Amino acid sequence: MSEIARTKMQMAQAPAGLEGPGFFLTSMEKAVGLARKNSIWPLPFATSCCGIEFMATMASHYDLGRFGSERLSFSPRQADLLMVMGTIAKKMGPVLRQVYEQMAEPRWVLSVGACASSGGIFDTYSVLQGIDRIIPVDVYVPGCPPRPEQIIDGLMRVQDLVGHESFRRRNSQEYKELMNKYGIE
Amino acid sequence: MAVLTEEKTQALHDQVLHLLKEKFTTGIVSSSCEYDFPVFIVEKEIIHDVLQYVKEEPSLNYHFLTTMCVLHYPENHGNEFAVMYQFHNMPANHRIRIKTFIPDQKLEIPTASDIFECANWMERQEYDFFGVNFIGHPNLIRILNMEDITFFPMRKEFPLEDQTRDDKNDTMFGR
Amino acid sequence: MNEFSSTQEEPKAEEKEYTTLNLGPTHPATHGIFQNVLKMDGEIIRDAVPTIGYIHRAFEKLAERRPYAQIRPLTDRLNYCSSPINNMGWDMTVEKLIRADIPKRVQYMRIVVMELSRISDHIICNSVVGVDTGALTGFTYIFQWREKIYEIFEDICGARLTTNIGRIGGFERQWPDNVWAKIDNFMKEFPRILKEFESLLMRNRIFMERTIGAGPIKPERALEFGFTGPNLRAAGLDYDVRVTNPYSSYEDFTFNIPIGKEGDVYDRFMVREHEMWESLSIIEQALKKIDRKDPIFHGDVPEFFLPPKEDVYNKMEALIYHFKIVMGEMDVPKGEVYHAVEGGNGELGFYLVSDGGRTPYRLHFRRPCFIYYQAYPELIKGSMLSDAILTMSSMNVIAGELDA
Repeated sequence: MSEIARTKMQMAQAPAGLEGPGFFLTSMEKAVGLARKNSIWPLPFATSCCGIEFMATMASHYDLGRFGSERLSFSPRQADLLMVMGTIAKKMGPVLRQVYEQMAEPRWVLSVGACASSGGIFDTYSVLQGIDRIIPVDVYVPGCPPRPEQIIDGLMRVQDLVGHESFRRRNSQEYKELMNKYGIE
Repeated sequence: MAVLTEEKTQALHDQVLHLLKEKFTTGIVSSSCEYDFPVFIVEKEIIHDVLQYVKEEPSLNYHFLTTMCVLHYPENHGNEFAVMYQFHNMPANHRIRIKTFIPDQKLEIPTASDIFECANWMERQEYDFFGVNFIGHPNLIRILNMEDITFFPMRKEFPLEDQTRDDKNDTMFGR
Repeated sequence: MNEFSSTQEEPKAEEKEYTTLNLGPTHPATHGIFQNVLKMDGEIIRDAVPTIGYIHRAFEKLAERRPYAQIRPLTDRLNYCSSPINNMGWDMTVEKLIRADIPKRVQYMRIVVMELSRISDHIICNSVVGVDTGALTGFTYIFQWREKIYEIFEDICGARLTTNIGRIGGFERQWPDNVWAKIDNFMKEFPRILKEFESLLMRNRIFMERTIGAGPIKPERALEFGFTGPNLRAAGLDYDVRVTNPYSSYEDFTFNIPIGKEGDVYDRFMVREHEMWESLSIIEQALKKIDRKDPIFHGDVPEFFLPPKEDVYNKMEALIYHFKIVMGEMDVPKGEVYHAVEGGNGELGFYLVSDGGRTPYRLHFRRPCFIYYQAYPELIKGSMLSDAILTMSSMNVIAGELDA
């Protein structure tokens, strides 16, 4: 590779560790975190207008594939990140809950848009006032609809969470209490 | 910008009223011209025949049901709910509106879905919102809300907001 | 046509046991959340029961609570792929109610915005029909140009998708110069891109064999089901609200109405494709008619259009108007009005009943998606599952407009 191309290439930041000839010593969590955060497979749960902004984010102008999310998984079993984009009505709540429960650990939830975060402008009898009433949410992206840059920023915050997650978190007491609060086993 | 001028609307109104009065001697309660639409208010008993007539009569030919909806006037005792149908005659480009009133105690009206197929879901939506029973409808169940709710949300007495929110401050802007 | 014809005869009842397949609310191919429970005989669909309402946001009830100036953000979210058309439709409804006169320049500017958003809506529908047949290239190429349209909207009103563009009486501010520059640039570059997109799909043998004959509908049945818009025009009837009931000076423009023959997926694709060309021609005509140096950008409706800030600080009546408009205490005459615009999917109608108060007494939306989606079971009976998916995406069912 030429010198010019090498300087333009951005390498992923290696985690802190001890380096020597032929070996690199770091903690497993950091290495796995680095791998996981650069290959998050999202499940786009696009319901309304935010879904169109997501389509724009996936398209070539604001490519989301640059962050490792090239392969969208529509099957919950194979997805890491549940991106809820758009208004969730009370009729849709059980469906969302079922999709979340089908996802395998470790799983994260990104709530995109005002409607998913808190009901948005629709404070009505039929709209669920925020998906955090039924599933635990990791990152909220406000906006109506949020710009593609904001959705990418939300994904980058999820990447921070993924990169620093401890292996024991999903079995910890705190996490179990969180799941019990929502009634999820 | 009005679609039809006032004279044309009045002329259309007169023509349709004349034909309706010829066919249904009693039962036309009133009629008027609202902006650019002739509006006819008819009795609930003849509404099904009126709809059939405006569709099949060659000089009327209102073959396209643009939309229908229900309105709730809780102060009009005896005539609380109004059902509005809007028609379009595409070849001649004429549009009219027909309304009828039904009381709260006997909230039912014959369905229009046997005459106009697109009225099927429109009536389901109005049943969902207001609770109007459309007699003869093939599948009168809720369409937009969840099937097991017991209230009719678009009625005036029903509140808009989700009642489980406790973080909004009512004193400043009211709800 | 391939050897599998699109409709197959139903065999005798006693030999058959059908599979029930749930094309559930969350499905990658249904662009939007609606459910279809299909009764399948192998790969052929025998019956379908659609369920909608998974994104019911109670627009009609919300509208009874909001003053007239605040309903435009709701209309945005009906057919969110072409929000400016909905916004303009609402503004024109209120202007009809108050019998306002809007200057020609404003009407032509409105037409430019509406046609741009129609192009953006048809781009989504056509590229997604391509994606559903497996052709992702067209989608990636042409979505770049939706960003250009978004940039134009952003410079006019500040938002990309749910634009809340325009005010009752006209536009909120004079269009800055870069808007005109961007529109000119778009008009120069986009025809070449649209031709490139067409060359990928229009005479592509695989695409044609997939889509010709899938989900056809006869014009009489289409009228029975209340079809309007490109779906009706693909079936063969040339009904366009811009021509029959012209609004916002559409009668000053010459344009063709493309119609199809069979009403199948290919015809719908072609009708939308040609409508994009017609929209480009309308925008070109409008650009010639608009005087860019003219300072007028709104009609004379001081009770509904916010006065300029210098007047608010210096004149009493401007202060009172400003206060009343912002607090939503506008004086609206009593009456009922219906106004229809040609949305991306057909006749989008607003039935507004006003009792003289600050909010509408009843606002009913005539939503084209809701009305023509009833015909979906009939369109797919007897066809295969993959054709059913194609039919749904070619009908351009937008969930926001379906459920409202």
